[in-house]
Amino acid sequence: MAKTEAWGTRVGLILAMAGNAVGLGNFLRFPVQAVNNGGGAFIIPYIVCFLLMGIPLLWIEWSMGRFGGKYGNHSTPYILDTMAKGRIWKYIGVFGIFTNLAVAAYYCYIESWTMSYVYHSLVGTFQGMGQGDVAQFFNDYVTIGKSTTGIPYEAVIFFVLCLVLNTFILSKGLKGIERVAKIGVPLLLIFGAFLAIRSLTLGTTGATLEHPDANAWDGFNFLWTPNYDSLWNPSVWMAAAGQIFFTLSVGMGTVHCYAAYLREKDDIALNAVSAGFTNEFVEVVLGSMIVIPIAAGYLGMDWVKENAGFGMAFQTMPFLFDNWGPILSVLAGVFWFGLLFFAGITSSLAMGTPWVGFMQDEFKWTREKSAWSFGAIVLLLGLPTVFFFHLGVFDEYDYWAGTVSLVVFAMLEVIVFSWIFGVNKGWEQIKMGADIKVPLIYKPIIQFVTPIMLIIVFLGAMFTPLGNDWAAAFTNGFVLDNSSIIKQITMTGLREQIAAATDPEIINQLKNKLFYVMGARILLMSVFLGVCYLVYRAYNIRKKEGRLV
Amino acid sequence: MNTSALVLMLMVQVTVACITAYFFWKVLKTPPKPEPDSYSDNDDDPR
Repeated sequence: MAKTEAWGTRVGLILAMAGNAVGLGNFLRFPVQAVNNGGGAFIIPYIVCFLLMGIPLLWIEWSMGRFGGKYGNHSTPYILDTMAKGRIWKYIGVFGIFTNLAVAAYYCYIESWTMSYVYHSLVGTFQGMGQGDVAQFFNDYVTIGKSTTGIPYEAVIFFVLCLVLNTFILSKGLKGIERVAKIGVPLLLIFGAFLAIRSLTLGTTGATLEHPDANAWDGFNFLWTPNYDSLWNPSVWMAAAGQIFFTLSVGMGTVHCYAAYLREKDDIALNAVSAGFTNEFVEVVLGSMIVIPIAAGYLGMDWVKENAGFGMAFQTMPFLFDNWGPILSVLAGVFWFGLLFFAGITSSLAMGTPWVGFMQDEFKWTREKSAWSFGAIVLLLGLPTVFFFHLGVFDEYDYWAGTVSLVVFAMLEVIVFSWIFGVNKGWEQIKMGADIKVPLIYKPIIQFVTPIMLIIVFLGAMFTPLGNDWAAAFTNGFVLDNSSIIKQITMTGLREQIAAATDPEIINQLKNKLFYVMGARILLMSVFLGVCYLVYRAYNIRKKEGRLV
Repeated sequence: MNTSALVLMLMVQVTVACITAYFFWKVLKTPPKPEPDSYSDNDDDPR
């Protein structure tokens, strides 16, 4: 098989893979999960899940990618097709393209916020603003009609700019992606280290009359003091498994795609653990040392416990940095949002590669044409999340594409790898060309433990009990929570809100939201079916050309 | 910061940092496979 493209260096590939995994969740999701799940004790199930589910999934996806690449396949539909007999598998691989298109649509929007916030930090927009003003600034920003710079529709403009940048880099091929990773990942580490050091030296210096008990060390204490009782709570284990799963960017099809450009004799075992541990370093070392301690240092731990969440990055941090003086606050803002930007762009570039690889392999499109078509689809799919951000479109994409699809695909691919392709053949693939000795214990783990864990995670999401309280569900009777997949399908939560509302204006708003949520689902379903159709067309082309394996 | 939190934090962070550094050191130390390999930047290197 002729290799059309190749990675420049091994370190470049590992940094690109690490950049793919490192995302906004490392800095925002991990510390919040730890705060909500027993503080320091959360790290124990987290590490267990990393060893039993994270590392096996990385090895599985790297080896699937390299195996498929041997037959000229650089996206999951035909990577899965080469691994198992039967026509169905390539349609399961559709998840590996669909997920990336849909996630990129809203992820690039978040990425564009970071671009915009770097600009605003540089020009000093946040200087002198109160906490409420900074939060309002964000609300104004995502309310498309309002402008924070004087530029009309600035959120749309930054989104398009961000998308053009991503598409341009994608059109330059693996070399472009590798160059961004080689610059972005080290810069991200430097920016993160600067903020972590500042956080370690903050102590009680941020206490004010309004928040006299503010102390950064309270944040560290809360994150790391082990509450061993929480280890007996199944919810904590589910949260740890979920965090490992999302932080490593597994179940997306991006790892397969990057690994598909490797030759069979080259290592994947050491590469996979190097990239995986780089992600862990960013998450466990840097991720835990920035948002929560800095917020606790200025606003106190009570405030953090009540407000810990994704919004802190944009609605709180610029206000906190403003306490650091005119120069340091600008630097901190640029470093923080720059760090999030690099974490974002190295992931969004990875999301483009499966589509680009698929169109090149199956329809002989050029890389440029494939890349710009990716940009066009993401633009069309992303604009509803920009315009109807407050109406639930963004959350709908995140839930179905960024959460459910990942779990479904990972569960199915592990079953294909361990039980249909066969664990013996799979194990040989993992060991082939390995520069480390892969511990034999991982063979039964890959065959039994990882699939069972993923099935449990999937069933846990499908049948989440009321309040996510598994202990109570098993003792007091099982009632489904509105966040469970079953209840999400029927939109029970939203319908209950409409039924409970009495104000006609609120009822109207909720009904409006229901309409947009439905629209988002139809859009997502159309994309999934559209990719299925392309896979079917590709099958017919392969059949005609006698290229079926 | 209380002792149990400090011990756990240092233990976990130092372990993760050391393992990451070890794997990177191993990647950098391992000699490249004979050509043709997967990486293009060393295509002209004599083997």
